[in-house]
Amino acid sequence: MNGIHDMHGPPECFHCGIPLGAGSAWTALVDGQHRAMCCPGCKAVAEAIALEGLSSYYHSRTTYAGRATPEVQPDLKIYDDPEVQVGFVRSCGGDERETTLIIEGITCAACVWLNERHLAGLDGVLAAEINYATKRASVRWDKSRIALSVILAQIEAIGYHAWPATSANAELARRRETRAALWRLFVAGFGMMQVMMYAFPAYIAEEGSMGEDVVLLMRLASLLLTVPVVFFSAAPFFRGAWRDLRRRRPGMDVPVALGIGAAFGASLFATFTGAAEVYYDSITMFVFFLLCARWLEMRARQKAGASLEYLDKALPLAAHRLIDLARGGQTEEIPALSLKPGDLVVVRPGESFPGDGSIVEGETQCDESLLTGESMPVRKAVGESVLAGSFNRLSPAIVRIVRVGEDTCVSGVRQIAQRAAAQRPRIAELSEAVASHFVVGVIFFATASALLWLALDASRALWIAVAVLVVSCPCALSLATPTVMTVAMGRLTRRGVVVASAHAIETLTRVTHVVFDKTGTLTEGRFSVAATTPQPGITSESALAIAAALERESGHPIATAFAAGGPVDPVVAEAVRNLPGEGVQASIDGVRHRLGTASFVGGIAGILHMAAPDRGAATRVWLGCDGRWLACFDLVDQLRPDAVEVVRRLQADGKQVLIWSGDAAPIVGAVARKLGVDGFIAGMLPRDKQERMVAMQEQGAVVAMVGDGVNDAPVLAQAQLSVAMGSGALLTQAHADIVLLSGRLHSLVEAIDIAQSARRIIRQNLAWAIAYNVVALSCAAAGLVTPWLAGIGMGASSLIVVLNALRAGYEARGTRHEVEAPGRFTPRASRLAPRG
Amino acid sequence: MDILYLLIPLSVVMVFLIGWVFWWSLGNGQFDDLEGPAHRILQDDDS
Repeated sequence: MNGIHDMHGPPECFHCGIPLGAGSAWTALVDGQHRAMCCPGCKAVAEAIALEGLSSYYHSRTTYAGRATPEVQPDLKIYDDPEVQVGFVRSCGGDERETTLIIEGITCAACVWLNERHLAGLDGVLAAEINYATKRASVRWDKSRIALSVILAQIEAIGYHAWPATSANAELARRRETRAALWRLFVAGFGMMQVMMYAFPAYIAEEGSMGEDVVLLMRLASLLLTVPVVFFSAAPFFRGAWRDLRRRRPGMDVPVALGIGAAFGASLFATFTGAAEVYYDSITMFVFFLLCARWLEMRARQKAGASLEYLDKALPLAAHRLIDLARGGQTEEIPALSLKPGDLVVVRPGESFPGDGSIVEGETQCDESLLTGESMPVRKAVGESVLAGSFNRLSPAIVRIVRVGEDTCVSGVRQIAQRAAAQRPRIAELSEAVASHFVVGVIFFATASALLWLALDASRALWIAVAVLVVSCPCALSLATPTVMTVAMGRLTRRGVVVASAHAIETLTRVTHVVFDKTGTLTEGRFSVAATTPQPGITSESALAIAAALERESGHPIATAFAAGGPVDPVVAEAVRNLPGEGVQASIDGVRHRLGTASFVGGIAGILHMAAPDRGAATRVWLGCDGRWLACFDLVDQLRPDAVEVVRRLQADGKQVLIWSGDAAPIVGAVARKLGVDGFIAGMLPRDKQERMVAMQEQGAVVAMVGDGVNDAPVLAQAQLSVAMGSGALLTQAHADIVLLSGRLHSLVEAIDIAQSARRIIRQNLAWAIAYNVVALSCAAAGLVTPWLAGIGMGASSLIVVLNALRAGYEARGTRHEVEAPGRFTPRASRLAPRG
Repeated sequence: MDILYLLIPLSVVMVFLIGWVFWWSLGNGQFDDLEGPAHRILQDDDS
């Protein structure tokens, strides 16, 4: 391999390939030649590589390395703390430790080689192996000779970033589960194919053409191959059946285990007594199909769980705490767990915020896609709140921590989601109960048909009982609902919709009335200037400039309205005073100015005799100075961009859309008119809302209430379904069934679509399961179904149910909004996620 | 048809053999990284 250095072009950095500027003076000695370097970082890295005799990396690599950034030198000492290590370091006896590291910057196979060689060359590192596919390194070291932080620092020294994979232990457990399941499937599949080979001749051979010895031999061979299928692959069914029997609550494992056991026992008996038929092929096929269904279900569950797990991974392990803001920004490295509210921390670009807090210094962009499913970064300036686990993308920021650990928003989301996952929706419980009765019924039915056939034709009685047991499919019944629910929940979570109570998905589909709890749900909560009415002698622009100057320091909600249209030449306001409920006062060029209510401004401007056209639905703010009125501004709160579309969609679906607000009539009216909502009521108290809702519910309405989830708890509790529009901080207290983390109203429509699709699929599944069972059971009892046919039928019916369940929400409209939940370690994934 | 007396037991033995080989290779991590070794062989690694 020649690598990438035989091309000609403008001078480039030998290490990272960035084109060099004219005055670039750095070089590094690699292979006896001075190579041009773009920066001291690359120089240091290249020299470190050359010094170690690893410069053949440069010959064999196929892409340039990433640019080395020496200024980011995180303090890695924190990873040596045994308490911090608990989550990701495994002890291998004595002083030996093992961990999995995630290495960022690996772009080609040469990088793998470079890192492995470099690590293996360190004193105390016992083994280092990097998986090229996953970019993860498994490192074993002797802690008495080398510290983990030194290993990490050494990886940094050659230009890569490494950090421990914190959830490695959980991942390991999951991998083990997956691997065991795969093995069961493999054994069953392989056994099935092979047993079929032995069974086939017996099916097609003409009577008497096969010697008895050969038949026996084939049966013995089949038996040998069926034993691992029954005792290894089917073991979970037997275990499950035993557990169910002990709890005296027969589940779907019981008839499965009975069927397999009976068929196997009977075949065993037939093999050694030379009786008519053996059913090894049926058994293996049956087990294989069932395991396929189980496997798919497990994958769906893991996928749904993974979206929650991303939340866990989001919180960083360590934080840089500012020791003293005044003393020039010195930081110390502490475990994120020991942060306290009130601490100041520095969060550099590329790091996650260790706790919820507000920005004290700096302005940056945050990637909150983890929580909201929104892949666009959000701008954050001083005073704005940031969420733990979101990703700082642009520039360093100093953050005052408000909540840490379990109190953070991200933890809260995880808690409510876990709570919902632990609850069992009523419909799932129902189908479980049905399945349980069904099992008892089937066993009874099998016994009855066996007794009946005993009277008719004793030789067939046992086989008919087995066929009935095997062909009946409680699996389809009891898998029909929970699998769909799991799939739908996972899909919702990935779109930033957290389902907080189990019945929510079910209720969503029945909603007839959607009530918006307050105007703020439909608007952005940000004012903008709709109209300016200047007095004679002043232009609109200069009036706005004065207002902007007055409001600049105030932090008042309406301040943003004036900040938006930035003035051409800024006016400087001094001695700004904020008078709550009245307005702002400041002096500009020595003249007192006031901005606020008419009476407040009238205090210095004199009697009001200016006329401004009445615009009805607006908040009105006046501007004046000593002895003179200057202007009047009409402010409006803008609708959310998707509000109109969402309301239209809901109405098109035949749902009644209502707005019940505590705000004044003109404001509510204006919003309602713009949205085309007729049913709006203004100035409502919580008690009014509740009474009205009860009245509506008595007429059979199923009400979904959309609010901020915090106020009006009794009203939300009264609604069959409460939906909270979450933006961070207050989520943990939210008493909502569904939380829309993205703050996009459109999520509501998406959630309804997914719920409807889920309901449709549940119905299909149940209809299929019932129809199948009715047909199959009667055929089996009539002696029309042989056990091998029963095996196919039963296994396939479960498989169909699970495959159908996987479609839940897939076909829903608005699929384009789905973004893959990005992990903390792959911020790029969210950047590349398709939008819109 | 006498050959069946040899072939059938042989096939059973083969099945178990294949199963065991697969078991061993999976446990040995042969399937963990399907890309890396192909590149690694190209590295000049004399030491």
